[in-house]
Amino acid sequence: MEQLIQQVASGLANGAIYACLALALVMIFVSTDHINFAQGELAMFSAYLVWQALEWGMSFWLALPVVALFSFLIGVGIERVILRPLHHAPVLSVVVVFIGLLAIFHSLAGAIWGHTIKAIPSPFPHFTFVGSGYIGPHQIGMIVVTVMLLVALFAFFRFTPLGLAMRAAAQNPASARLAGIRVDWMLALGWGLAAAIGAVAGSLVAPAVYLEPNMMASILLYGFAGALVGGISSPGGAVAGGFIVGVLENLIAYLGNLLEKTTGVYVIGNGEKLTVALIIVITVLTLKPSGLFGQVSVKRV
Amino acid sequence: MHHTTRRLLLTGTGALALALAVSPVCAQKKYDEGATDTEIKIGHTNPYSGNASAYGTIGKVIDAYFKMVNEQGGINGRKITFISYDDGYSPPKTVEMVRKLVEEDRVLFVFQTLGTPPNTAIQKYLNGKKVPQLFVATGASKWGHYKENPWTMGYQPDYVTEAIIYAKHILANVKDPKIGVLMQNDDYGKDYFNGFKQGLGKDADKLIVSHVTYEVTDPTVDSQMIQLKNSGANVFFNITTPKFAAQAIKKAAEIGWKPAQYLNNVSASVGTVIKPAGFENSQGIITAAYLKDPTDPQWANAKDFLEWKAFMQKYYPTGNLADGNNVFGYSVATLMSIVLKQCGDDLTRANVMKQAANLKNVDLPLLLPGIKVNTSPTDFYPLQSVQLQKFEGETWKLFGDVLSNEAASN
Amino acid sequence: MATTTANGIAAGERSASLGRGYWLTGIVIVLALLPLIGGKTGLISNYGFLQLSLMIVYAIAVLGLILLTGFNGQISLGHGAFFAVGAYVAAVLIDQANWPYWATLPVAAIMCFLVGYLFGLPALRLEGHYLALATFALAVAVPQILKYRHFEWFTNGVQGINIFKPDPPFGLPLSADQWMYLVVLAVAVLMFWIARNLLDSRTGRALRAIRDHTMAASTMGINVAHYKTVVFGVSALYTGVAGALHAIIFEFVAPDSFRFELSIAILVGAVVGGIASLPGAVIGGVFVQVIEKYADALTKKLTAAVNLPLDLEPWTIYGIALIVLMYTMPMGIAGGLALLWRRLRGS
Repeated sequence: MEQLIQQVASGLANGAIYACLALALVMIFVSTDHINFAQGELAMFSAYLVWQALEWGMSFWLALPVVALFSFLIGVGIERVILRPLHHAPVLSVVVVFIGLLAIFHSLAGAIWGHTIKAIPSPFPHFTFVGSGYIGPHQIGMIVVTVMLLVALFAFFRFTPLGLAMRAAAQNPASARLAGIRVDWMLALGWGLAAAIGAVAGSLVAPAVYLEPNMMASILLYGFAGALVGGISSPGGAVAGGFIVGVLENLIAYLGNLLEKTTGVYVIGNGEKLTVALIIVITVLTLKPSGLFGQVSVKRV
Repeated sequence: MHHTTRRLLLTGTGALALALAVSPVCAQKKYDEGATDTEIKIGHTNPYSGNASAYGTIGKVIDAYFKMVNEQGGINGRKITFISYDDGYSPPKTVEMVRKLVEEDRVLFVFQTLGTPPNTAIQKYLNGKKVPQLFVATGASKWGHYKENPWTMGYQPDYVTEAIIYAKHILANVKDPKIGVLMQNDDYGKDYFNGFKQGLGKDADKLIVSHVTYEVTDPTVDSQMIQLKNSGANVFFNITTPKFAAQAIKKAAEIGWKPAQYLNNVSASVGTVIKPAGFENSQGIITAAYLKDPTDPQWANAKDFLEWKAFMQKYYPTGNLADGNNVFGYSVATLMSIVLKQCGDDLTRANVMKQAANLKNVDLPLLLPGIKVNTSPTDFYPLQSVQLQKFEGETWKLFGDVLSNEAASN
Repeated sequence: MATTTANGIAAGERSASLGRGYWLTGIVIVLALLPLIGGKTGLISNYGFLQLSLMIVYAIAVLGLILLTGFNGQISLGHGAFFAVGAYVAAVLIDQANWPYWATLPVAAIMCFLVGYLFGLPALRLEGHYLALATFALAVAVPQILKYRHFEWFTNGVQGINIFKPDPPFGLPLSADQWMYLVVLAVAVLMFWIARNLLDSRTGRALRAIRDHTMAASTMGINVAHYKTVVFGVSALYTGVAGALHAIIFEFVAPDSFRFELSIAILVGAVVGGIASLPGAVIGGVFVQVIEKYADALTKKLTAAVNLPLDLEPWTIYGIALIVLMYTMPMGIAGGLALLWRRLRGS
């Protein structure tokens, strides 16, 4: 029983990482209708910037907003400079450009900072409390920050005029233009926000998994899985999806272990986590093609 | 006319005498493809990109080493041309790059190719072409099987030997051991695990109460560590690569699990594993070592360490001085130079292998005191000695004797 | 004035495609004679034939993806999975059942068709991005699936399987590399020919109709579900055969050989080559094989020429190359060349 709680808690902690990344993915998808494959590498690059800032003597809670802002600008820059000419290009060409960006950021990080792992100390205060055995302060911090980000984004989209403009631009660019919204800049804003969220995600993940160029590669996949399961058009759904994937992957390994211990038969275990994630994604999507919380798009003939 | 004839005869005889005097030296120079009077070409592949890119620094430090050798005049007057390609730890890529090295770049031999799957993929080809596959950068036990693969030789103490030493130490020192194992789910992990079981003997399955694996693509090993703690194990054998080793050690401390910890040598570097994991979390961890750790203050004034440090600062300034991989690369490149020097002017592939299999008590810089390189025509495991060390304070403290194991079974 | 034949193809077009047919046959004959011309004169080394074989193998793999994505509109980022299945089928049959290498190809084809078809069934429910990500998840999971404990009795787990490249039969005076090159070439010609006929037929038109306007296609009576799953199977078949050939060429398969980078490479090759064109598949195959080496060489030259403050890596050049290519030729190189050709002809 105790292990069950621990696995769930650890799954929630991992899930927070996936959820954060899924949130960034959803941001770009909702505003530009593209899946940004380079999101993980951008986040990793931002984490390296935070590390560099820490090396230069900044404190974490100062470095994080500074890097988030810088990443925001990088995101806007990428959208305006690299993606703008491709607004009317076929989807797959844009995917290839994303892959190009992925390659560039990944190798740049390796070139500038090297490939050996670096440690970023956890920014959350070290204290013991009731649930210490189950979950650590950093993990709780990650979950809290993820939820806060979600709430902030929700408020932004719902209650601010800028958020409304962004939603309008994404849903109906032609009408939005007629209403006077600068649609192109809304796209750039979407990218900037996603990059900033990614920066936060990367910087919070790095203390837990150690900073190196390959850090986000596998997390990106789980982020995708989370976004798919939750519904890629829904920020809340993506976050929920991230948590679900995190908990499920731990639970399934745990149950598989239990099965092996009691019956001696090995069916599934730690070696099959990715496969399980895949099966979860496909099953959910087969039953609910837009994800658990996604909007079902109805096409008019 | 008589004068000219006699002069001709004299010059002719003189020339002949000169030729006879010089020819023994000329007759001794033997070359295979890749070696000339002025150059020796060495081929190499390394994962400079991909999952294992942290090991790419080994290729860079070896390249820097040969630059240094060239600046100091080369080996027996010949410059080393070190050609290294990225294989991304993907076996087909390794095969392609090695074929390029052998067939296009025409190297004399291939050296320090990294990784068990990549080396498995090229082993047949290189042995078929009779090109030396020297000092491979993996500790898998199969690289010393000289009968089947006479052109392949390992370098570092093999994983099986190391794991057996841990097993024996556990049996001798831990009362009622219940062992939990965290293993990377690939070739290298399995090799360690099999050796470990071998060392534990017939009760291995009873003594190992939990065996969990992880993939290189897993973000964390947190869930595995929780599984291990809950199995009630009081010994932890940590078969992980650096990033995951650090994660495991940190997580163990976080969840309050304090077993006797044995860490594989692959991840024993203080700078890249123990420090990130946290010194306070790493007290008491035991590992087997054969190289000096570059952050260990007890070697800070040792002659070989100071030479290495100067070398790094001059030839590889972007290299990490706390990374044990940079010590590893330096030591094996030194060994390669020694072998080539021993070859003299006979730079055939057969002779390179012969000299590599003819190393008697060779001392390399930064090897722990008491550990030497030994090979023979029936012993293709250059390094077979290790010494156990325990982490105390901020460094590894050596203890016990230098332990050797006979070559793993052929 | 265009007259039409019974097939509904304008006569002018027909003579144009015949002319193209002569060109193609000519090229194929030259390619087939390369071992004689190049090999004997030493112009093309064995390593060169290895490179050519790999280009053709990747062309077949890319063709599989193009059939599915370019001509039917279903995005797959997971074709590395089918490549791996084909490779393992060939390796297991050769290693464990002692089958001759050429006999493994049809079996790999059938197995991959089945796997593709089975994957195509849930894929029916997934639209665009969802399908892309689901297939991406498949690509990432491949090494794990290959290492699955209960498959180890035939996959040999992480150790991989070692097989032998065939020697030229009938004692032909060719090297093993040259023989494999001819085998690969023959298979490629056959498969491209089949693809061409498939695409020119009713099936091809149905596939394209589904791609362009699924709803209209179904109202016209096309059994969308049937075509979509079948083309998934066919696409997997093509890439699987490429995988089998790849395994035979390299004489080794291991889970590490089939990471998700492979799926990405096939996709990039397809898009860069030209996602909806058969010549695009060939260009894509060449691109996949050649780009990394060029990026590597270019990086080495740049590092030697300019003193950069950082250790420039080839993937940076690769990424920049991709972006530049997509800028200048968003329809792929084949599309770009076609555009250029049209401009030159003044039409």
